[in-house]
Amino acid sequence: MARNAAFSAPVAFALAAAVALPLVAAPVAALAQRDPAYASARAAGQVGEKMDGYLGYVTPPSPALKSVVDDINLKRRAVYSEKAQAQKATVEEYAFTSGCLLIAQTQPGEMYQAPNGTWTKRTSAPPQRDSRCL
Amino acid sequence: MNAFVQCLLLPSRGLTVHRGAATIAGCDGQKRGADVKRKVVAVGLLAGAAAALSGCISVKAPDKPIVIELNINIKQEVVYRLAGDASQTIDKNKDIF
Repeated sequence: MARNAAFSAPVAFALAAAVALPLVAAPVAALAQRDPAYASARAAGQVGEKMDGYLGYVTPPSPALKSVVDDINLKRRAVYSEKAQAQKATVEEYAFTSGCLLIAQTQPGEMYQAPNGTWTKRTSAPPQRDSRCL
Repeated sequence: MNAFVQCLLLPSRGLTVHRGAATIAGCDGQKRGADVKRKVVAVGLLAGAAAALSGCISVKAPDKPIVIELNINIKQEVVYRLAGDASQTIDKNKDIF
């Protein structure tokens, strides 16, 4: 019985850690959200999703917004590059595929680039996408 | 009737036309080999007449080089292949998408 009690202490600790871990991870996940400047510019239709998988400026950006969005595009390119290499595809191919998905995921009111190149406001209807998109 | 028409369809051979025009039996009475031969000649003449009426079909090489656009198909295939992975990448990097 005494041995059992000795064993149960680490088990209890492990259980407590398993419960506590999501609580610790939750704030980290919350941090992985859009930059407020980017989020508001996106909602306001100042920036939009381009067909090539990067963000574009619908209206001339303020220097502050430009630095935020340019930084996001650099990070996107780094992610595309890494993932494309793993998939034995080109960065452009991976970025284009992501662009298809990102345009599909835009919310009503946000801007996206239509196949003819013009900025288009997303409505409740499906967005106009390149014929190569799935 | 068919044989009769075939016999009549040989304008270049006067004798044959006479024989065929006289009676159908005369035409039918020919040896099979000759009949087949006549048929071939008739078909040939018909084809020749049709060609003469409709004119020649000419095939010309285009001035510009023939470019086959493979880019579109390759892209679509690639998009199909990458879509699943790209979707996960977007979900895992919400701060930049």
